[in-house]
Amino acid sequence: MKASPLQQQPAQKPVSVLPVVPLFSGRRMFMRYAGVATATGLVMSACTNNIIPEPLAGPGGGSTANARIGDVIDLGSGDIGVLNYAYALEQAELRFLELVTDNFYDNATDVEKQVFLELRNQEITHREFFKKVLGSYAIPTLTLDYSSVNFRNRDSVLDTAMAFADLATSAYNGAGQLLSNATNLAISGIIVSVEARHAAAVRELRYPNTTSFAGDDVIDPVTGLEVARLPNEVVPIASKFIKENLSTANLPSPMTA
Amino acid sequence: MNIQAIIADLSKTDPELYDRLEHVSRRSLFNMIGRKAAQVAAPLVAMAAVNRAYGQALPQPIVDVLNFALTLEYLEAEFYNVGMDSAGLLTGTARTVYGQIQKHENAHVKLLKDTLGTAAVAKPAFDFTAKGAFPNPFSNYQVYLTLSQAFEDTGVRAYKGQAPALISSDPILTTALRIHSVEARHAARVRMLRGEKPWVTGNTSPGVPSAVYAGDESTVHLEISSIIQGIPVEQSTQAWDEPLSKEDVLKIVTPFLA
Repeated sequence: MKASPLQQQPAQKPVSVLPVVPLFSGRRMFMRYAGVATATGLVMSACTNNIIPEPLAGPGGGSTANARIGDVIDLGSGDIGVLNYAYALEQAELRFLELVTDNFYDNATDVEKQVFLELRNQEITHREFFKKVLGSYAIPTLTLDYSSVNFRNRDSVLDTAMAFADLATSAYNGAGQLLSNATNLAISGIIVSVEARHAAAVRELRYPNTTSFAGDDVIDPVTGLEVARLPNEVVPIASKFIKENLSTANLPSPMTA
Repeated sequence: MNIQAIIADLSKTDPELYDRLEHVSRRSLFNMIGRKAAQVAAPLVAMAAVNRAYGQALPQPIVDVLNFALTLEYLEAEFYNVGMDSAGLLTGTARTVYGQIQKHENAHVKLLKDTLGTAAVAKPAFDFTAKGAFPNPFSNYQVYLTLSQAFEDTGVRAYKGQAPALISSDPILTTALRIHSVEARHAARVRMLRGEKPWVTGNTSPGVPSAVYAGDESTVHLEISSIIQGIPVEQSTQAWDEPLSKEDVLKIVTPFLA
């Protein structure tokens, strides 16, 4: 069976193939069954079905729908929720990069233009991947507002690009542990290091020939560990640019004492 | 942070777990990684606490992954320690860049050694000429850059390849991911020092052994193609950093073991 757990055609009402998950942590118990369920290709729908009864706005927004300003968008639960969370961040980052490349800031060099064009194109492939993989579970297309960025000004653009790439990297670093399915974790790993490369590249444009590419502000100089952020830390930061309200309420959460 | 789950799992196979943990009472262990700390410090605290309790008895598959990672970090750390000490090799911007990278790699070594405790493998002896394939790595700047890029990009692929094997342990997985992205930043910057793009394009880079980028040209993930009209194929390949298996990484690294 090579079918990806994400590629099944979701039923109108996903049908659970899993035992009912008892009180204790949906996720941990779920993992125990995931190996069995993977063979059926129904991990994701089952997961969704088990954990949230009725999403607020998604899944079901569908990948072609547009959200409306002010909507509450439930990212969903289980791995689908985590992937929708990544999809939301990719949408936001891509829109920013499109605005940069549509009309470059004043005095952008050819090298800088090429960097941003490649960043944009790489983010297009990420966004399209999540859109396809999530299918009808995808959250809608978000409404993004970058009026706070001065797109004519190099520093304003680079600061925003840097913040986005750092944020995305920290978000993937923190989200890996929320995924139940090893295939989804592997995919997330395949993407996060590219985000980290973006961060280093943009930081080099902003603060050339310094330690900024892997600066002490994002990597603990004592442990050598980069920042990891959980969704409830990331979404408020990204919300500066997102006109809908993303709800992380049903996302898996790491266990706390 | 799933320290509770780890302990719950471990306690099933080890009825004496809580005795081992007696000096770190359950309550204080959990308080120690309370909500606030969980966001930043927990991976370390949890790893150290579990390990203090367990000595060499971390689950063997996790010990294996961490020792594999430690071996790669030893390699990188020594390469940068020797490089920074080699007169005239690293000056100006290169010295700034490699000083930061050296700091991180030594920190990674310490972190992994502390976590593994007595289960940590010893540092092997290295031959950075790879039996003569790369003569003068510490006096020829271009050779040094080339090897550095090979080690960093291999490191990225190696951590990535092991992440799924750590899925049962949130703190250790998260710590590994937090190292992984640092390696990617290093790789990007070193590539720029060589005049290469910060991201891997296709499956080659001049002078770097081809095994380092084998398979990195992939544009298909979960059977979904990322070939998109209007985007050059090589840029689609840049968007994805592919994993390497432990076996493939060891094939790359073994020539550098003395």
